[in-house]
Amino acid sequence: MLKTILGAAILFVLIAFTAYLAFHYAPVEKSMGIIQKIFYLHLPSALSSFVAFGVCFYANLMYVFKRQPKWDWLGVSAAEVGLAFISVVLVTGPIWAHPVWGIWWTWDARLTLTFVLWLLYISYLLLRSMLEEPDKRALFSALFGIFAFLDVPLVYFSIRWWRTQHPQPVILGGPGSGLDPRMRVSYLLVWAAFTGLLVLLLNGRYKLEALRASMEELRREAEVQ
Amino acid sequence: MKNLDSVLAAYLAGWAIFFLYYVSIARRMNALREEIERLKSSLHRSK
Repeated sequence: MLKTILGAAILFVLIAFTAYLAFHYAPVEKSMGIIQKIFYLHLPSALSSFVAFGVCFYANLMYVFKRQPKWDWLGVSAAEVGLAFISVVLVTGPIWAHPVWGIWWTWDARLTLTFVLWLLYISYLLLRSMLEEPDKRALFSALFGIFAFLDVPLVYFSIRWWRTQHPQPVILGGPGSGLDPRMRVSYLLVWAAFTGLLVLLLNGRYKLEALRASMEELRREAEVQ
Repeated sequence: MKNLDSVLAAYLAGWAIFFLYYVSIARRMNALREEIERLKSSLHRSK
C-alpha cells in the first residue's frame, strides 16, 4: 500500500514537473503557437513506447531461446506498458492535428503504421488471453511479439522514407531541423521523466505478472489435492 | 489564448490514460494478493 501511494506521489510530481517545463520554461513556437506544447507529451510518449516494445522484443527473443518464465513476464509487462504509451500518442496526435492540419486524422504512412502498431500489441494481449496452457501461451505470444516489433522501425523511419502529412523529424532530422535550446532542454528533461514513468509502470506490471504466476502455481496445487 | 483548450484536453487525456493504467495495475495486484491468501488458507486447511 505504501509503495502504491509513493508511486502515485511520484506520478503527481512528474505531472507538475512536465507541465512547468512545457508551459513556462520552453518558448511558444512561432508558427503553431500554444498548440505545439502537446509536443512535450506526444513525442516522449512515442519514444517511450518504442523503448517498451524494444524491451518486449528482447524479452520475447530471450524466452524463445531460454524458455524461462521471467522473460515471458517481462515480455507481457513491456507490451502492456508500451500499449499505454502508444495510446497516449494516438489520443494526443489528433488533438494536435485538428487545429494545425484542419483534420483529426489522415491515413498517411506514419499515422497508419502507428495505428497498426497499436492493433498488433492489442492482438498480442488478446492472443495471451485465449491460451490457457502457460508454456504454450508464453511461446506463441513470444513469437507473435517478435513479429509485432517489426512495425516499430517502420513507424520510426516512415517520415524519412515516404512523403507524409506528419511533420519531418525535428530531432536527428538532418539539415534545417532542430529545436530552440530551451525547447531542447525541456524536451530532454521531460523525456527523462517519462523514462522514470516507464520504469515505474514496467516494474509494477512485472511484479503483477510474477504474482499471477505464483497464483497459478497455487491453483494447480489446490486442484491436485 | 487560441487552442489552449486543445492543449488542456490533450494533457488531461494523456495523463488520465497513465493514471488509470497505474490504478488498474494496483487493483489487479490487490485482487491477486487476496486470491493468493485465499488459496494458501484453503491449502493449509486441506493438509
